[in-house]
Amino acid sequence: MSSPCLSIKNMTMAYGDFIIQRDLDFTINRGDIFVIMGASGCGKSTLLMHLIGLHRPISGDVFYGDESLWQADYKTRQRLLRRTGVLFQSGALLSSMTLAENVALPLTEHTRLGAQRIRQLVSYKLALVGLAGFEDYYPAELSGGMQKRAGLARAMALDPEILFFDEPSAGLDPVSAKLLDDLIRSLRDHLGATIVIVTHELASIFAIGTYSVFLDMDSKTMIASGPPKQLLAESRDPKVLRFLTRGASENSNFSAIKASGA
Amino acid sequence: MAVDNKLSIMTVNCKAPLLDVVVAGDWLLDSQIPDLELVLAQLGDGSQFKQLVFSTEALGRWDSLLMTELIRLIAYSEEKDIFVDTKTLPSGIQGLLALVSAVPERAGVRRQLIQVPWLEMIGNSGLHLQNDINALIIFIGNLTLSVAAFFRGKAHFRWLDLWRNIQDCGPSALPIITLISLLVGLILAFVGSVQLSLFGAQLYIADLVGLGMSREMGGLMTAVIMSGRTGAAYAAQLGTMQVNNEIDALETMGFDPMEFLVLPRVLALIFVMPLLCLYADLMGIIGGALVTVNFFEVSLVEYLHRTVNSIHILDLSVGVFKCAVFGVLIALSGCMRGMQCGRSASDVGDATTSAVVTGIVFIVIADSLMTIICNRLGI
Repeated sequence: MSSPCLSIKNMTMAYGDFIIQRDLDFTINRGDIFVIMGASGCGKSTLLMHLIGLHRPISGDVFYGDESLWQADYKTRQRLLRRTGVLFQSGALLSSMTLAENVALPLTEHTRLGAQRIRQLVSYKLALVGLAGFEDYYPAELSGGMQKRAGLARAMALDPEILFFDEPSAGLDPVSAKLLDDLIRSLRDHLGATIVIVTHELASIFAIGTYSVFLDMDSKTMIASGPPKQLLAESRDPKVLRFLTRGASENSNFSAIKASGA
Repeated sequence: MAVDNKLSIMTVNCKAPLLDVVVAGDWLLDSQIPDLELVLAQLGDGSQFKQLVFSTEALGRWDSLLMTELIRLIAYSEEKDIFVDTKTLPSGIQGLLALVSAVPERAGVRRQLIQVPWLEMIGNSGLHLQNDINALIIFIGNLTLSVAAFFRGKAHFRWLDLWRNIQDCGPSALPIITLISLLVGLILAFVGSVQLSLFGAQLYIADLVGLGMSREMGGLMTAVIMSGRTGAAYAAQLGTMQVNNEIDALETMGFDPMEFLVLPRVLALIFVMPLLCLYADLMGIIGGALVTVNFFEVSLVEYLHRTVNSIHILDLSVGVFKCAVFGVLIALSGCMRGMQCGRSASDVGDATTSAVVTGIVFIVIADSLMTIICNRLGI
C-alpha cells in the first residue's frame, strides 16, 4: 500500500518576489490520509494550489506517479488533474445551479454518459455524503455543513484517485466535523482513494491523519514530517510541539501533557 | 495507463429459491455495460425467489457506475420482498452501500422544480412590478431621511468614502467622457452640415452643435456613460457586500447602511455630474469645431464667435440641471439594486444588470419629462 502517488520535489513557492515556502520535498503514498499542517498564513493553502495545478512553483516540481505536472504541456496537465477532486474551503458550489447540476457538471463535461445514467450517479453521490433527496436545492438554501458535503459530492463526481480538502472542518460544529472526518476515512477505506488535507484542526489531525508535514512560517520550509501521533510523541522541535498541544508545551507541565497525549 | 478494459458482465443464475447474480469484468464510467432491465426481467415478480446473492470472483476494476446499478438492483429486489445478501459483495462495496443508506432521505425533503405556465409568469411579473415600485418608494424615503440627516450634520459616514467616490466617478471617468463627447460633437456637426451646406449656411453648424450639446446631448451622453460605469459599479460593490454579510456587519455595529454606504455615493454623483456635463459640452463643441473648420471653410474664430453668441447661460443651466437629476437617478438605481441583492454570485450579476437597465429607463423618462416642461415654460 505504500507506492508513491504524489511527490513534491524541491519545490519553492512565491508570490512575485515574496517567498512563501522553499525546498519542500515529500511524498504522499497511495491510501494515505496526508495532513498538511501549520499555523494560519504559513502557506498551507498556497501549497494546495500548487498541487492541484492552479499556481506554478518558481522552482521544483510536483509528480503524479512518475509524471511531472509542471513540465507537462497543458493537455497532459489536464489529464493528470482529471484524476483529482478538490473540496474548497467554502464548498465553492456554483450558486446559480442546483446541487444535482453542480455534481453533474464534471460528468457531462468529461464523460459520454446519458442523462438518465448521470441522474443516477448524482443521486448516488449525494446519498454517499448524506444528502439524499436534496438534488433540486440551490446551495444558498443549505447550511454551511451541507454545502461542504455537497462540494465533496462534486469533488467525487469522476471517482478521483486523489481527493484534496482545504480546511474541511472549518466552520463546522464539532459533531458535524467528526461526521465529516468519519466520512473522509470511510471514503478512503472503501474507494481506495488517497486523501490530502490542509487543516489546523488538531482533533481531525489526530483522528484521521496517517502522515503529515508541518510547514513553518519563520524558516519558510517544512520542519517536521511523520504520522501526527508520532510527531507529538517524539518531536523535539518546540514549534511543532506548541502547535500539536495548542500552545500548552510552553507551560511547565509540558512533559505531563506530552505523556498523556501520547 | 493503457490497460484494456475487460467486458462488463452481469448475469443471473436462477436456482430457485436462490438467485445468484454474477458480476464480472471492469465496471468503469466509460465501459459499455449490460442493460440492467434484462436482469430485472429475470427476477420476474419475485414470487419464486427468496434470496439474492452475488458472485464477484471475476470482478475487475469498478467505480460509481457499478454502485448505481447495484443500488437499483437492490432497491428493486427489496420491493419484491427478496432478501439481498450484501455480505456476498466485496467489502469496499459493502462499506459504500452502508454509507449510502447511513443517512436516509428525510421525509418531505425532496421536491421538484416546477415549470411555471406562461400566464402565471405574466401575472407574477405584474406582481413583481408592484413590489418593485413599493421597494423604490421605501428606498427613496430612506434616502431622503439620510439626506436630511446629512444637512442637519447628523449623518454617520466617512468623509474619506465620499472623497474616494468622487475620485472614482469624477476624474477617473474623464477619458471615456472625452472620447464619447468629442465623437458626438463630431457626428452632430456632420449630420447638420448635410442640410445646412445646401443653403451655404455652414456657419450655423456652430449653433446646432453648441445648443445640441449644452441643452441635451452633453448631459444625456454623460448620464448613459455614468450609468454603465458608476451605476453598475455601485450595484456590484453593494451586492458583493450583501453576499459577504458586510452590510449586516455594519448594521450590527450601529451604522445605517443608507447613511454609511448609499449617501456618500449619491452625494458624489450629484456633485460630480454637473461638472462632467460641462466638460462634455466643451468636448462636444471642440469636436464640432474640428469638423467645421477642417471641412467647411469656416475659420476657428468665426466658429467660436458663433458658438458664444448662440449659447445662453440658460441653455447651459438647463443641461447642467438635467445632468444633476440624472446623477441622482443613477445613484438611486445602482444603490437600490445593490442593497436588494440576494446572497449568491449570480444575484450580483442580476443586480448589476438591472441597475443599468433601471438607470437608463429612469434617465430617458426624466429627460423626456424635463424637455416637455422646459418647452411649455418656454425656457
